[in-house]
Amino acid sequence: MAYSDKVLDHYENPRNVGKMDVDKKNVGTGMVGAPACGDVMRLQIQVDDDGVIEDAKFKTYGCGSAIASSSLLTEWVKGKRLDEAEEIKNSQIAEELSLPPVKIHCSVLAEDAIKAAVADLRQKQGD
Amino acid sequence: MNKPIYFDYLATTPTDPRVVEKMTTCLSMEGNFGNPASRSHVFGWKAEEAVENARRQVANLINADSREIVWTSGATESDNLAIKGAAYFYKGKGRHILTSSIEHKAVLDSCRQLEREGYEVTYLEPTSEGLITCESVANSLRDDTILVSIMHANNEIGTVNDIAGIGEITRAAGVIFHVDAAQSAAKVPIDMDKMKVDLLSLSAHKMYGPKGIGALYVRRKPRVRLEAQMHGGGHERGMRSGTLATHQIVGMGEAAAIGMEEMESERDRVMALRERLWLGVKDLEAVQINGDLHQRLPGALNISFSFVEGESLIMSLKDLAISSGSACTSASLEPSYVLRALGLSDELAHSSLRFSIGRFTTKEDVDLAVEQLVHSVEKLRDLSPLWDMYKDGIDLDSVQWAAH
Ligand SMILES: Cc1ncc(COP(=O)(O)O)c(C=O)c1O
Ligand code: FES
Repeated sequence: MAYSDKVLDHYENPRNVGKMDVDKKNVGTGMVGAPACGDVMRLQIQVDDDGVIEDAKFKTYGCGSAIASSSLLTEWVKGKRLDEAEEIKNSQIAEELSLPPVKIHCSVLAEDAIKAAVADLRQKQGD
Repeated sequence: MNKPIYFDYLATTPTDPRVVEKMTTCLSMEGNFGNPASRSHVFGWKAEEAVENARRQVANLINADSREIVWTSGATESDNLAIKGAAYFYKGKGRHILTSSIEHKAVLDSCRQLEREGYEVTYLEPTSEGLITCESVANSLRDDTILVSIMHANNEIGTVNDIAGIGEITRAAGVIFHVDAAQSAAKVPIDMDKMKVDLLSLSAHKMYGPKGIGALYVRRKPRVRLEAQMHGGGHERGMRSGTLATHQIVGMGEAAAIGMEEMESERDRVMALRERLWLGVKDLEAVQINGDLHQRLPGALNISFSFVEGESLIMSLKDLAISSGSACTSASLEPSYVLRALGLSDELAHSSLRFSIGRFTTKEDVDLAVEQLVHSVEKLRDLSPLWDMYKDGIDLDSVQWAAH
C-alpha cells in the first residue's frame, strides 16, 4: 500500500514522542487499543493554570497510519482548551493524512485517545 | 545492489535465467510451438518429446517414475485434484479426512468444501514448534479415514514435517497420504521410492520456474486412483484435461533439473546466510524464532520482535521486500492462523516477520538487512508504549485493554 507524504513525514519524524508523569495533577493520560488488535496508543496532555494544553506527548504501537495519526494529534491539541481538544474528529485527521478507508480505524483510535486523556484530566481535577 | 532487496522466496522465486532461455525456445514460430497432443505431424511430436523430457526431469527430482507425474496449473490445483479427487473416488470406503490446521489455504479450503458435501475433517494442531507429529496422525486415524493430507514444509514458518514417518503409518492403515510439497521440493530431498507418499503436490514458481505450472505425483504401485476435476480431451491419462502448456512445462522441467543438481551446495550456502541473519538480530532483547530450529527449510526464518507492530516494521524496512505475519493491513484484523496454531499470542503474531532467502541472495544483502532491522526495531521500540511498560516491569497480560 502506498502511504501519503504526510503519513510518511510523521512516521519518519514523529513529533512529541515521549512520556509524562501520570501522577501529576495537570497531566491527563489516555491509553486506547489493545496489543491483541495490533494497536495501542498512549496520549498525554499537560494543561497550564488556565486549562490550556501546553504540552502533549505520545507513544504508539501500531501501523504507520496509527503512528502518524497520534503524532499529528499532539501537534493539533497544543494551545487548545480541553473542550476544543475534545472536538477533534477522526475524520479531520483522516482527511489531513489522506488515509485510505482501511486505515480509518487508526484515526478513530486517535480520537478515542484524546477523549480518554481529557476525561482522565477532568477526573483528576475533580470537575 | 538492487533495492528493494528480495527476501520473500517463500512467496515466489524469480525465474532462473537458464529456465527462461529454455522456455523461450517454445514460444517462437521457428521454435517448439506445436500441440503435444498432435499425433499427425512433427510439430506435435517435437512438443511431446519436450513435455516428456520435462516429465522425466520432474520425476527425477523426487525419484519417481515419469508416468506418475500429472501436469497441473500449480500447487493449488494439485492440492484440489488430490484431495477432492481421492475423496470422491474412495467415498465408498469412508468419508473421514485428516489434515492439519497449518496447511496452505488450497488444502484447507478444499477440505472445507468437502465438509459442506458431507465429509468429516479432523484438523490436527501442530506442536508449539510447528510440527505435525506421527503420533498425532496415528492417534486420529479412524476406521472410516480415507485420506491424510499433511504438508511437507510450511509456507509461513518453514518447518519441515516427517513425511516419511507419517507415510509408514498411513500405509500400514491402508489410507491414502497426500503431501503438499510446494515449499520443500528442490530444497530438501524427497524420495518417492523410500517415502510412502501416495500423492504429492509441486509448484514450479517456488523453485525458480515459471508461475502457472505445477504437478501432482500420483503413485502407480500401489495404484492410487482419482476422480478427475477437469473434464475434456482426456489428457494426462484422463486425470487432467487441457492442452499442455509446453513452454511452462519445459520451464518446470529445467527448474527441477537445476534444483536437483544444486540442492546440496545451495542448502549449505543458504543456511549460512540464514544463520548470519539470525546472529545479527538475536541480541536485540525479546526476539524469538518461530518454529522448530532444526526441522526447517534452509532459507526460512520467521521472527517475532516483541513490542513492535509488524506492519510498521515493514514500512520502515522499505529497502527490504519481506512479508508480515500480521494481517492488520487486510480488511480482517486476524493475525496469521499458522502463528496462532503454534500458540503465539495475537500480540506476538502481530509482531512477526517472515524472511526467506534463496538462490540470488548475497551476504551483502543479509548484512544490509541486519543493519536496517536493528535500527528499525530500536526506533519503533522507542515509539512503543508497550516497550515502556515492559521496561517498567509491567506484565502486559495483567492490563485491562480497551479493545476496539
Ligand atoms: C504450501 C503451499 N501450497 C500451495 C501453494 C499454492 O501454489 P500455487 O501458487 O502454485 O498454486 C503455495 C504457494 O503459495 C504453498 O506455499
Ligand atoms: S493500527 Fe491496525 S491498521 Fe492501523
